[in-house]
Amino acid sequence: MDARTLLEKTIEKAEDPTIPPEPRPKPDIEPAGPLGLAVLPIGIEFSPINIRRWRNFKANRRGYWSLWIFLVLFVVTLFAEFIANDKPLYLRYDGKSYFPVIFTYPETTFGGDFETATDYRDSYLQKLIAEKGGFMLWPPIHYSYNTHNLDLPTPAPSKPTWMLTAAECKAVLERKGLNSCGDLEYNWLGTDDQGRDVLARLIYGFRVSVLFGLILTIVSSVIGIAAGAIQGYFGGWIDLLFQRFIEIWTSVPELYLLLIISSVLVPGFFVLLGILLLFSWVRLVGLVRAEFLRGRNFEYIQAARALGVSNAVIMFRHLLPNAMVATMTFLPFIMSSSVMTLTALDFLGFGLPPGSPSLGELLSQGKANVQAPWLGLAGFFTVALMLSLLIFIGEAVRDAFDPRKTFT
Amino acid sequence: MTTESLLSVRDLSVAFSHGAHGGPETLAVDHVSFDIGKGETVALVGESGSGKSVTALSILKLLPYPAARHPSGSIIFRGQDFLQMSERDMRRVRGDDITIVFQEPMTSLNPLHTIEKQIGEILLLHRGLAGAAARARILEVLSQVGIPDPQSRLKSYPHQLSGGQRQRVMIAMALANEPDLLIADEPTTALDVTVQAQIIALLKELQQRLGMSLLFITHDLGIVRKIANRVCVMKEGKIVEHGDVERVFAKPEHPYTRALLAAEPKPDPAPLQPDAPMVLEATNLKIWFPITAGVLRKVVGHIKACDGVTIELHQGETLGVVGESGSGKSTLGRAILRLISSEGPIAFMGHELQGLRFKEMRPFRHDMQIVFQDPYGSLSPRLSVAEIIKEGLKVHHPNMSEHERDERVIQALKDVGLDPATRFRFPHEFSGGQRQRIAVARAIVLEPTFIVLDEPTSALDMVIQAQMVDLLRSLQKRRNLTYLFISHDLRVVAALASHLIVMRQGKVVEAGAAADLFKNPKSDYTRALFAAAFNLDTAPAGVVAQ
Repeated sequence: MDARTLLEKTIEKAEDPTIPPEPRPKPDIEPAGPLGLAVLPIGIEFSPINIRRWRNFKANRRGYWSLWIFLVLFVVTLFAEFIANDKPLYLRYDGKSYFPVIFTYPETTFGGDFETATDYRDSYLQKLIAEKGGFMLWPPIHYSYNTHNLDLPTPAPSKPTWMLTAAECKAVLERKGLNSCGDLEYNWLGTDDQGRDVLARLIYGFRVSVLFGLILTIVSSVIGIAAGAIQGYFGGWIDLLFQRFIEIWTSVPELYLLLIISSVLVPGFFVLLGILLLFSWVRLVGLVRAEFLRGRNFEYIQAARALGVSNAVIMFRHLLPNAMVATMTFLPFIMSSSVMTLTALDFLGFGLPPGSPSLGELLSQGKANVQAPWLGLAGFFTVALMLSLLIFIGEAVRDAFDPRKTFT
Repeated sequence: MTTESLLSVRDLSVAFSHGAHGGPETLAVDHVSFDIGKGETVALVGESGSGKSVTALSILKLLPYPAARHPSGSIIFRGQDFLQMSERDMRRVRGDDITIVFQEPMTSLNPLHTIEKQIGEILLLHRGLAGAAARARILEVLSQVGIPDPQSRLKSYPHQLSGGQRQRVMIAMALANEPDLLIADEPTTALDVTVQAQIIALLKELQQRLGMSLLFITHDLGIVRKIANRVCVMKEGKIVEHGDVERVFAKPEHPYTRALLAAEPKPDPAPLQPDAPMVLEATNLKIWFPITAGVLRKVVGHIKACDGVTIELHQGETLGVVGESGSGKSTLGRAILRLISSEGPIAFMGHELQGLRFKEMRPFRHDMQIVFQDPYGSLSPRLSVAEIIKEGLKVHHPNMSEHERDERVIQALKDVGLDPATRFRFPHEFSGGQRQRIAVARAIVLEPTFIVLDEPTSALDMVIQAQMVDLLRSLQKRRNLTYLFISHDLRVVAALASHLIVMRQGKVVEAGAAADLFKNPKSDYTRALFAAAFNLDTAPAGVVAQ
């Protein structure tokens, strides 16, 4: 007899059906995270087991803080256009307000010569706006992921601005009529081999990676859970045939197929997603199948069948919650491996189309330009940080769902 | 009885702390004192959670320390206090001076080791015996515990033995080093009644022959009366009454002891109703599981879980199905509800069920329900009580308003004696007996005519068993229900059944009106079953399983 059963035995109360069970302990969730945000919306009641899981999750400090850091980074990069952009957030010109980040205005709006979209970084146009008493509110970083810095002090890839020596700045300073290196528009992490700002590309690249990972994880989980559920619940021939199919399917060399497909189709975000999805959905199938196989013989499943409850309802209402524990534990790890796959493909040059902000492409630039260590270092630290955070979160989730911890 | 005390437990308390460090503590055992004399049998009785097992485990310091703690007390054995002893010294005591037999013979033996190896291990540890000397001793103890042909059993693995034989091997292990005290922690609870009687008889005989002391832990007062010299009744961690068995049974002092003694289910079976409409009629029902072999999966034979069972059941009657485990009685219940496939006609209220598909069965499920044995496993842990009970209403009355459903749930909860205000809680907040009431509420909320009760009382304590039997009986009377009551516990069956089927290895051994059958059982097997259940008597060899 282990400690748990002993404890349960000792806690179990003497029987008297007229005495109602002890009142349920109030879920005492502290409503604030480190940023003072509400952690759980008030008004939704969580089952005690989920409250205990949340407490276990919080008890793992590293995972808990990782989650917050990751969420902050994710939410911030979701608004990348408002942080790093070559268009001002707000423009006041001739008594009227403009929002260039959201709307596109032709140059003629501001007295320019062409009907094309305004290039707000153009010094000629800036001068035109300034002459009419215009005012521009810029995002903190004045470059978008595809903005080429035309005033590079050194040949691309160019150093971070704060590392430049006075001699290196001299040419640009003279051209722009500025006094010192500090007056230049900063490239905080330098530029890549095409003169684009590394920090801006990191922000956009992070967003693409996380979104890609998230969508791939969710879609492949949904497919995987559905396939596993059907196999496990019905068993027999369905299970047998499906299992053999999956065995064959997983033995298809994924990478080669990817290379072939990407040479036929133009690899965009959704094409890549689709190709990777073809293979990533299998990962959860075995797990969910095992849970359903185990669960379908539980007495409460039998009881539901005896009530005449349909198969779909039994699967959804009674069995799926059991499988969700195992699935939830896996999700952060699936997500980190999805991110890794995308990065690897980009690194090899079979990923997102040229010009897209991507961490893998940054890494491959770093490899090609060893004399410009800021490229490789920036890419390395971003990928390392993102994957570490995801793994730490995953560990904490795993702890939180550990049944041994949930019940003691 | 002897006065010389072998083991003396004084003022013992056990506390369990929750969580990792310094969490709140639960006092599982509360200042308990008792003595065991040489050659004496002391029984610790109480319902689950009363702290009797914890007391027994703390004697050998087998509790999960440091989560468990002894705030007070001493355990004196031969002048030494175990609580002060080091773990190293304790190991010398365990398995040599004091041994223990656990409840579950399935998990107490290592499935990967032979019988010889498992018994040989403790001989080697404590006495340094090995080789031929050890084998001689092993054969000796195996024949002592009544294993037939021990020589051929030496190389057997646990799975090759029956439950009763495994428990005998466990006892042999416990006896191997001739202990002074044997602790038996519910050694017969997991066994069939007939095997239970054999094990009790064995323990009693061994104890007298070897002159050892026995601490017997059980919740079954019948066993206490049979085996013990003295009894300690435990409730909520305290010993509320102790004394000689004759005295306690004749003149119980504490109200709890009186309640325990009065907890026998009162026999008041449902009357036979030959004129009432026929609810269930199954003729020559067969459930054969094929055994396949070879590459082509050729059927080489069948496991006959049910072989030619015929049932006739009128409205308002209760059919008791009894038999040892593996006799096919649960399988029969599920086959009648068409939860597993079978052969042979099943007529329910005049309609033939055999051959109907799952969807075609649905209208009938409204009238036929099932209550399972395990109150922990039969309720979905993630749904509230109201949702659990409502599930059937949603299937069979899809147009019923939510309000009306709620009314029905409240009524069902009232009928089973639970407070309707508790319906928003989750199953884990209820005790075993309360959960079983919820399971009954789920069955009756649809107002069925027929309920299969698959060992609904077996997982419950004695006092609650009696309450459950009363509840089932009153529900039957009020709603004119028809029961198929499956149980291995003949006392409960006797309290409810109007008909009786005795099953063995899938076949009906004997069937008939319960009153006649209990009075004059015709077959040897039925007689042995009754003797074991009502008097804990063993049958002559060969009649029942070992």
